[in-house]
Amino acid sequence: MKPFDYVRPATVTEAVAAAAQPGAVYLAAGTNLLDLMKGGISRPDRLVDVTHLHGLDQIETLADGSLRIGALVSNADLAHDPEFARTHPAVAEALLSGASAQLRNAATVGGNLLQRTRCAYFYDTASRCNKREAGSGCDARDGENRGHAVLGWSESCIATHPSDFCVPLVALDAVVEIEGRSGRREIALDALHRLPGNTPERESALEPGDLIVAVRLPPAARGFAAHARYLKVRERTSYAFAVVSAAAALRIENGKIAEARLALGGVAAKPWRARAAEDVLRGVAPTADAFQEAAWRALTEAKASGDNAFKIELARRIVVRALLLAAAGAPARIPALPASPFASMSGAIHA
Amino acid sequence: MPELNLTSAPAHLRHGSNIGQPLTRRDGVLKVKGQATYAADNHPPGMLFAVMAVASISRGRVVSLDVAAAKRHPGVVDVMTPDHKPELAIDPEIKTNPFVFRMEVLQSHEVRYANQPIAVVIAETLEAATEGALLLAPRYETLPALVGLDAGESFVPPVVGVGNPTESHRGDVEAGLATAEKQIDATYETPPQYHNAMEPHAIVASWDGDRLQIDMPTQGLMLSLARIAELFGIAHDKIHIRSPFLGGGFGSKGLMAGPPTLGIMAAKLVGRPVKLVLRREQMYGPVGHRAPTRQRLRIGADGEGRLTALDHHARTVSSTFDDFYEPAADASHTLYAAPAIRTSHDAVRVNTGTPLFMRAPGEATGSIALESAIDEMAWACGIDPLAFRLKNYAEVEPMTGRPFSSKALRACYDQGAARFGWAKRSLQPRQMRDDAGLLVGWGMGTATFPALMFQAEARAVLRRDGSGAMEIGAHDMGQGAWTALAQIAADAVGLDIDRVDFKAGTSDLPDAGIAGGSAHTATAGAAIHSAGAAVIAKLADLATNDERSPLFGAGNAGVIARDGRLIRRDDESRSESYAEILARAGVAEVEARGTGAPNPAAMEQYAMHAHGAVFAEVKVDPELGQVRVSRMVGAFAAGRIVNPHLVKSQLFGGMIWGLSFALHEEAITDRRSGRIMNANLGEYHIPVNADVPPLDVITVEEHDPHVNALGIKGVGEIGITGSAGAVANAVWHATGVRVRRFPIRIEELLTQR
Repeated sequence: MKPFDYVRPATVTEAVAAAAQPGAVYLAAGTNLLDLMKGGISRPDRLVDVTHLHGLDQIETLADGSLRIGALVSNADLAHDPEFARTHPAVAEALLSGASAQLRNAATVGGNLLQRTRCAYFYDTASRCNKREAGSGCDARDGENRGHAVLGWSESCIATHPSDFCVPLVALDAVVEIEGRSGRREIALDALHRLPGNTPERESALEPGDLIVAVRLPPAARGFAAHARYLKVRERTSYAFAVVSAAAALRIENGKIAEARLALGGVAAKPWRARAAEDVLRGVAPTADAFQEAAWRALTEAKASGDNAFKIELARRIVVRALLLAAAGAPARIPALPASPFASMSGAIHA
Repeated sequence: MPELNLTSAPAHLRHGSNIGQPLTRRDGVLKVKGQATYAADNHPPGMLFAVMAVASISRGRVVSLDVAAAKRHPGVVDVMTPDHKPELAIDPEIKTNPFVFRMEVLQSHEVRYANQPIAVVIAETLEAATEGALLLAPRYETLPALVGLDAGESFVPPVVGVGNPTESHRGDVEAGLATAEKQIDATYETPPQYHNAMEPHAIVASWDGDRLQIDMPTQGLMLSLARIAELFGIAHDKIHIRSPFLGGGFGSKGLMAGPPTLGIMAAKLVGRPVKLVLRREQMYGPVGHRAPTRQRLRIGADGEGRLTALDHHARTVSSTFDDFYEPAADASHTLYAAPAIRTSHDAVRVNTGTPLFMRAPGEATGSIALESAIDEMAWACGIDPLAFRLKNYAEVEPMTGRPFSSKALRACYDQGAARFGWAKRSLQPRQMRDDAGLLVGWGMGTATFPALMFQAEARAVLRRDGSGAMEIGAHDMGQGAWTALAQIAADAVGLDIDRVDFKAGTSDLPDAGIAGGSAHTATAGAAIHSAGAAVIAKLADLATNDERSPLFGAGNAGVIARDGRLIRRDDESRSESYAEILARAGVAEVEARGTGAPNPAAMEQYAMHAHGAVFAEVKVDPELGQVRVSRMVGAFAAGRIVNPHLVKSQLFGGMIWGLSFALHEEAITDRRSGRIMNANLGEYHIPVNADVPPLDVITVEEHDPHVNALGIKGVGEIGITGSAGAVANAVWHATGVRVRRFPIRIEELLTQR
């Protein structure tokens, strides 16, 4: 493989300085990066290993009631934190529906946010890909694309963001804390990932050197704990990316929806917050009809980018189901088949 | 490689026989401890690493390689290309027999499929070789790729599978269809599939003058050895291959392929040992796969639900330069008693690596189409699918009229249906729901696989210390040959299994034939059985001809070998241990050889097949279309079961592959470039644990006096047949939607709510 420098900075400041150099990338668990390097998709000159930085692996409740998750907390540790799972059940369920147990044990919160698309043409270096090589073209557009985007895509790129974790996070107004060359700043997770437009190679709002140090869930996120679910349709029961997924969270007061949150996964280059659908649910009773209306609103702008029109109808149905599940209430324990349509099957013993 | 230390399972009781005992696998502890030496675990001194560069186009030619850039990379020792390579003794394009690949070993700059090897970089480290391969930056002249079942003009191949006639018929199919009360005319498609053994193809090759030492997983030691000998122009006895363990083969390690040949060439080029291991994506090309099929079934039935005609046509593909044709339609030869049957095939050539045997080649693809069509006909006739199959039960092989050597399929249907609870099935689809509101469907399929035999030889030894040995170059690809064949060996020489030194897995042992066609236990077992009989006969000669022996005068026919003793048949009080006989005779050991081979006379007279019945329950989300199998029961009759424990595992495995066929597996090929877009285990879906429901296997008792001396039929592949169709039929029963393109996808089931 291509030789590269490996540096292990002692502090966040050193890390940012080291990663701001051209050709440098951060290495956390490497569950995506190493595959990209082995496949020749990513050929960094320098790996800046952040796994030894102190203080980035904490889950803490701040004075204002928000929950701060360090960027190096593993997906498994976060999902299995009892307090976290109780207060943010949809997020925990999404985490446990992703990848495999081995990957979840390694993969980090920060890395999950920044994982690359699973578009096969991005990974196939013999294919044209505007995301991998700006301006080269998009072979997915007329290729094997039944899994590709139905929202927010452009002629330049029809790839999707594959994260499960980000879907409930974006629904719950998560905030990303970033350390950069000019100090610390924070942005809404919804603003972290960019839609492709004409520059699909620019995937996020991060600048060279920027390091995600934490993800914060505002205090209001806990208000949805009683009625929050994540639902993921996939082509096998585990270890598969979503065909389409949805996170639904409701705050129900006196039999009416005081506030709804809804986001979709597997449909766009970013976790897709469906605010128009949330709006129609405000103040109404949690009924199937209302959820149908919300589903239509969520997908109003959806358009097939290839052999994937079915994903639009599937997304509507998933939205309805996720809202119904959320209305029914978060289960006391995360199901053995997390986020699966088969979560309620008896005898389900695998997670 | 250290001597194998195979563990025994002393906890198991014996009842006077090794065959039939459910021993745990004797190599299990080695594997769990990581002490089982697979090919790529070998590191002879001075070994270099070779990495293939493969084509990213599927048709055209390589016009340049930046060899200089690769060679400049630190650690790179040499770069093997069409212009710089050792010469072979014969043209690798020549097919000397049906069991050889026409292979790409850098004989030209032409590219015939994606992932074809185009150069090999040899370096001091794997990392350097990998980077060297990348630095070659090939440039191509690209021609439009031939992709898919409609890529070009179709033709009728001369044979399908290995020597099967392309077309077969019995009776008048058109007349049978014309007079039928009910007709089905349905077309099914199956995708390209790749074997995806967990262990990639690998070789460690060392030349010492003209002697060649090889570590390589193979399902056919002697086939590989003979191919290597002809390619490199060296005598058989100069080559030694070790293949004690395979991390799965599934057919893909049956024939000597291009990549391991390149490893041997690389070792010759640099004059040092070389290791070459395929990357996962490199296994999607030069080492075989299952070709896609499009199958049209036309079936007629009379008013009583009896078949009047069965017409099964299969379109498949082969490579542009070699011939292997998935014999899918032949699955209709043996199962259902239609008075008129016709099977036929045609094919197109595409830019793909040559297809090969994979997990019931022909039977698996043909079975899912046939079992679906039979199910469709049962529904058209308004008859329960099991009742329909019983109504059309073949008492003799329908295509030939030959009687079956044995056929306990009725018992399979009965026992499987009873265990599953089939009687409670609703005839109408989309009638059943579970407590959670999921659609529930029950489906079934009939399993069938021929009881094949190849040729094998074994050598048996009895030693003065009372122990024995059995030598045979057999192959354990996970199925349990180290255990099952040792059980047969123990019985063959009348010793406890721990007293028999069972040797297998290397090419200096007698030829065990190929571990394929579900025939290895039968073939190698027959050779072991006969070698054991021969060595016992020699020992008996020593005893019965020696007046000092209590067995003197008993004659060959008059002794029984049991527990290390020869016992006079008519007087069990008179016996003598093997050790005593050999000691008195003053010989260290006696040895004898035996062979196993098909019996042509029996094959002429009888149709020989294993059978089974598989029942599946699926759950389908009514709105979201996701499918999950919730229960499977398989009842199989496969003659004598040597080791029920291992057989159950093999049948489980087959049933899981069947589930995989119906719901998961598909190589996604870019329709323009011919490249496989999901050439990795993350995206080429096979079932994970969470997809596999509780499985129930029943082995139905069956005695077959004709297949071979031991009555063994083989269980390696039958599990996938029937199972795939059972799952597909269960999906229909759950949803009312008949999906005829496999794997069944979510979008197909979104059509209803």
